[in-house]
Amino acid sequence: MKNRKAFAGILRYLKPYTVPLLVTIVSALTVAAGQLLAPYFAGRAVDCILETGVDMAGVRKNILGVGVSAVGVLVFQWILSVCNNRIAYGVLRDIRRDAFRKLARLPLRYLDDRPYGDVSSVIVSDAEQFSDGLLLAFNQFFTGILTIFGVLGIMLAIRWEIALVVFCITPLSIFVARFIASRTYQTFKAQAESRAEEAAFVDEMLGELKVVKAFSREKANEAIFEGKNESLRQASLKAVFFSSTTNPTTRFINALVYAAVAFSGGLFVLMTADMGAPFTAGMLMTFLSYANQYTKPFNEISEVVAEFQNAFACAARLFSLIGEEEEPSDAGLPALGRVRGEVAAEDVAFSYSPDRELIKHFDLAVQAGMRVAIVGPTGCGKTTLVNLLMRFYDVQEGAIYVDGRDVRTVTRASLRENYGMVLQETWLKTATVRENLKMGRPDCSDEEMVEAAKAVKAHAFIMRLPQGYETVIGDEGVLSAGQKQLLCIARVMLCRPPMLILDEATSNIDTRTEKIVQEAFAALMKGRTSFIVAHRLSTIENADLILVMREGKIVEQGTHAALLARGGFYAELYHAGFSG
Amino acid sequence: MKHLFSALKRYRIEAILSPLFKLLEAMMELMVPLVIRAIVNVGIENGDRAYILHACLILALFAVLGLGFALTAQYFAAKAAVGTSATLRGRLFRKMQSFSFSRIDDMGTASMLTRMTSDTQQVQTGVNMTLRLLLRSPIIVFGATAMAFFVDARTALVFLGLIPLLVVVIYAVMAVCVPRYRNVQERLDDVYLSARENLTGARVIRAFRKEEGERAEFRQRTKALYTSQVRVGRIAALTGPLTYLLVNVAVIVLVAVGAIRVDHGALEQGDVIALYNYLALILVELVKFANLIVTVAKAASCMKRIGAVLDAEGEPSTLTEGDTADMGAPVVVFRDVGFTYDGGGAPALSGITFTAERGETIGILGGTGAGKSTLVRLLPRFYAATAGEVRLFGRDVNAIPAEELRAKIGYVPQKAVLFRGTVASNLRWGCENADDAALMRAAELAQAADVVEAKGGLAGEIAQAGRNLSGGQKQRLTIARALVKQPDILILDDSSSALDYATDARLRAALKTLSCTVFLVSQRVSSVRDADKILVMDEGHIADMGTHDELLARCPLYQEIYRSQTEGA
Repeated sequence: MKNRKAFAGILRYLKPYTVPLLVTIVSALTVAAGQLLAPYFAGRAVDCILETGVDMAGVRKNILGVGVSAVGVLVFQWILSVCNNRIAYGVLRDIRRDAFRKLARLPLRYLDDRPYGDVSSVIVSDAEQFSDGLLLAFNQFFTGILTIFGVLGIMLAIRWEIALVVFCITPLSIFVARFIASRTYQTFKAQAESRAEEAAFVDEMLGELKVVKAFSREKANEAIFEGKNESLRQASLKAVFFSSTTNPTTRFINALVYAAVAFSGGLFVLMTADMGAPFTAGMLMTFLSYANQYTKPFNEISEVVAEFQNAFACAARLFSLIGEEEEPSDAGLPALGRVRGEVAAEDVAFSYSPDRELIKHFDLAVQAGMRVAIVGPTGCGKTTLVNLLMRFYDVQEGAIYVDGRDVRTVTRASLRENYGMVLQETWLKTATVRENLKMGRPDCSDEEMVEAAKAVKAHAFIMRLPQGYETVIGDEGVLSAGQKQLLCIARVMLCRPPMLILDEATSNIDTRTEKIVQEAFAALMKGRTSFIVAHRLSTIENADLILVMREGKIVEQGTHAALLARGGFYAELYHAGFSG
Repeated sequence: MKHLFSALKRYRIEAILSPLFKLLEAMMELMVPLVIRAIVNVGIENGDRAYILHACLILALFAVLGLGFALTAQYFAAKAAVGTSATLRGRLFRKMQSFSFSRIDDMGTASMLTRMTSDTQQVQTGVNMTLRLLLRSPIIVFGATAMAFFVDARTALVFLGLIPLLVVVIYAVMAVCVPRYRNVQERLDDVYLSARENLTGARVIRAFRKEEGERAEFRQRTKALYTSQVRVGRIAALTGPLTYLLVNVAVIVLVAVGAIRVDHGALEQGDVIALYNYLALILVELVKFANLIVTVAKAASCMKRIGAVLDAEGEPSTLTEGDTADMGAPVVVFRDVGFTYDGGGAPALSGITFTAERGETIGILGGTGAGKSTLVRLLPRFYAATAGEVRLFGRDVNAIPAEELRAKIGYVPQKAVLFRGTVASNLRWGCENADDAALMRAAELAQAADVVEAKGGLAGEIAQAGRNLSGGQKQRLTIARALVKQPDILILDDSSSALDYATDARLRAALKTLSCTVFLVSQRVSSVRDADKILVMDEGHIADMGTHDELLARCPLYQEIYRSQTEGA
């Protein structure tokens, strides 16, 4: 069932390649015919070479046949390969593009729920393996099938008895291959487990090599590693050896077929020598050559079948990603336009999983230009609010309004355009500093960009980078966490949006630089609605509204004075010094 | 390559036996056309059915022997290949563990991991295939040629013409394709980068409405990949057809020459058939060989990456020789110390001079990038000072063997890292032989007794990277781990940042009861204010040092930091 679905999906992707597909099939037919005709002509030519007298004209005619067949194979096999490359790599490209487009349309819930490695490996490795399978299939399947039928056909036409002998023995090789494959499955599984075990250990220890060295654990680790490595070696030996028995075994059966053809063919040459249509020595040669050619596609097809099972599994994962439910489309909805910055929430309910209630009956009224501080202990779910405001997640009940409009009645892009967001977890694209800074406003001038960089004290270290603003930076690499955060802040400053979301935006910056950045922020925030997740007292005290969160819920809200007077959780936090 | 042969050395016997048995198997195959010739020339010629039967039984016998030889060869090849990759993994692991911190920075974890896993796997496949096939193919090709000469030397000259042509074709195609395959690999890396970035940066990309731009970039990258794949494919696809053509040209020449030779009575029909069969044998072999070359080329480039690691120098145990201990000296002496990171332009530290006496607590305060962490990392010689002199226990730190040095220093890194196992197994990193009571004592000092309890005691499970613990819990366990060592010097590199003020204060009070010298790196004045000496760091040098009160009285930078943290409280 699953396979059938994947199969239908594959056909859908193959559809645009109908023309190359037809060319492939025609080429495969020609190649198979050419590969059958070459030995046939060679056999006929040899038949002209008798000790009793050589028919030179016959030899010439037939070797011309060999030549034509070989040139035909040359041309069409090349066309076949080129077409197959186009199809397989084209499908690969199309399918990757669809999967990638999906990434931007999937709800963040989907992306948050699984490790990044899982999803990117679907787009990279699974797609790759699928196209490899496709390529192998196209390169070997059609020619294989055609060769099998062609060989059978010609053999039947010339000497059906020998064809029968071949026909009966050859399938043995498939059974043997199957038998070995089912046996090796177990050893491969053991190898995979053993490998995963070692990889996990290596991952952990090399990942934190500096700690390992600080505690001089090298020797102890080496002993553990040796143990795991030895069991992997043993498991691998079994897996590699068992899987490599397929070839010799099928070759053995092939050799038996060969011997059987030689024997029966030899006898037929003797028995039919005096008949009208003798089975000649040249024909025997052709048959022997066919015996070789005939088993090869059988092996290849069983290989293709095995490979394709894997390719199907990869395709199924790809199609399941591509078929994943998207965020509801907002095409056709009006744009929000530039807002004043009034934000309201009415009776909002939200939770990440149905079995764990999080936010319920949440109301909020923020006037344009207000500063809202969100406080609470680490892990209390302050980020949830960011998720809802930016519509990374949608509320389950109630509604959030910006300037009086339900955010779900406008396009997401137009809503997000009104927010400037700086998160604690910085993210920079692998691109130049300039491209990163101008991400929100690609059309802004270099002067503006430099000005923003100076305002957050990033200009100096940018100039110290090897190529200044043209230096390619990325998520990993030379910049410290604090420097990356400064770049993220400059990136938002350039956009000058009417509303700001700052989620621990200065957590990695030292207190002195932070003060400078705060001043720059203060200038930016003037007259703008801002939501600030923070634990620094001065930031919190000066807020117009404080939201106090605990274990994912908003437990209190009000001004600093009002909340202190209330003597609740906020007061408790205040007296503990807002740590964490 | 020398690393490959050195790793293969332990499996020398297998590596020799495997091709040897392949040779035997190939000889069985090479005999077949001779038998066929006998069937045609003798059996058929004389109408001798018994002869044909016997000949075919010999063929079957060859098949059985061939199977036996082949299986033996596969076993030895598998053993040599698997053993070689295991040896390489072991050597890589040992080498990487010996790397200095600079080298670790330089290489990066991801790159080390791929070398350990996928590169060694490719080499294993490459060795296996080489032993099984790469040697078999030349044996068959040259063997078939030799046998052809045995059948008829004159006609066999065709083979001599064919072989160089085949070599040229295969070599030319590979020479063109191998660098292009590398190009394909680079394009694939770009595609991977796009995919990964759009996952890690999903929020930012959506916030900046960059979805379309990213999509366009991805389209362009997949297009570049497609183009490079199709281009290299176009050339690679020539191998098969060209060899096919060449071999058939040889067939044509063979039959034409053979015809004349038979006409002159110098050759029999069966001889021509045998020669033809040898050509057919070569053809089948070459098709396999062409596919194999790609695998081997890939394996060779992986082996290069592995070799680069194995060639790299590990960290030596000592950097300088012989240094006599000055017993009366302070525990730690920094004399005009400077340090520049590899590849970093400006020095991270310069002109650092201070001393620390036994039992003192040294606070190190400063902003982001001021060089605080760099300074303490010079103590266990994670990095060696590039200028000046660091002396520990009266000895030049470069002359103390790394293991001895690090045994005396308890280091708590910025990032709290624990390993899969139990609470006890993690704490015992500090000291392998520590008993449970010692572990609990350390945990109590580190204010981590409740963490141990929460995990269900010392035998409690710790998940990979300590994922089943909160940030604060992890920090306290890493402090306990360092204390289990009973170090002479304890370094806390901003390692109480996740603790609340009260716990942090209790921790500092507990550390006061120890006799060891403590280095306390922090951004918070409150963490270091009780220290015997505070170093105020600014852009890689010491701006001032003294006690809290002294600094508050005279150091403008300290005053500024202090104000920025106490304002409004």
